Amino acid sequence: MDELPIRSGDDVVRVRQFVRNAAADNGLSLVDQTKLVTAASELARNTLVHGGGGVARVEVVKSANGRIGVKLDFTDEGPGISDIDLALTDGWTTGTGLGLGLSGTRRLVDEFELTSEPGAGTSVVVVKWSR
Amino acid sequence: MERVPILKIGQTLFVSIQIDLQDETVIRLQEDLADELAATGAHGVIIDITAVEIVDSFIGRMLTTIGSISRLFDAETVLVGMRPAVAITLTELGLSLSGVRTALNAEKGLEILNGKS
Repeated sequence: MDELPIRSGDDVVRVRQFVRNAAADNGLSLVDQTKLVTAASELARNTLVHGGGGVARVEVVKSANGRIGVKLDFTDEGPGISDIDLALTDGWTTGTGLGLGLSGTRRLVDEFELTSEPGAGTSVVVVKWSR
Repeated sequence: MERVPILKIGQTLFVSIQIDLQDETVIRLQEDLADELAATGAHGVIIDITAVEIVDSFIGRMLTTIGSISRLFDAETVLVGMRPAVAITLTELGLSLSGVRTALNAEKGLEILNGKS
């Protein structure tokens, strides 16, 4: 597992490049690579802008039926999200975006899990499986 | 921070994005384009994203904003060269880039600006 810091816009670009390589090396199709990298970009920005920075963990995982996937975990120690269901609704926004970040990201990946508590930070784990 | 160059060819401003876009770079491009439009009176903007590997919601919103700003300067924006994987991902993400015209490549984009299509 690799751990990458997210402290600046440069770091967001580095996370995207790292995820692109991990996805390509593990047999994801070009479209799936693009979806995963786009998801990583959204989540890394959230970590930076809303979480005040944090880390991205990138891991290659294997499913019970032998499929290879890339798992990403974005964790911050920011203010957290009080209403997770609302945050995952299309069009919900903190005012700086289009409100597609989280809800759109969920559509781009195969697995999506958001854990957050007010004051205790946020963690988003996503997986994209090779076909 | 890297900057995206803007070329003026005739009445058209030409932008070809060849780097991995940071949020700050896109905001800077938006400002530079507004300045160039005001200074040159160009009537069209072509943004070539052939080399762009991903367009996320932030970059997508900025592209739409550039289209809106251009319109205030009496210029039309055409986005050209989108990769198929980027188009699929954008659609699934829920972004339609409404208000920005698109064309397959720079040549077809110029035809639109020159009123041939």
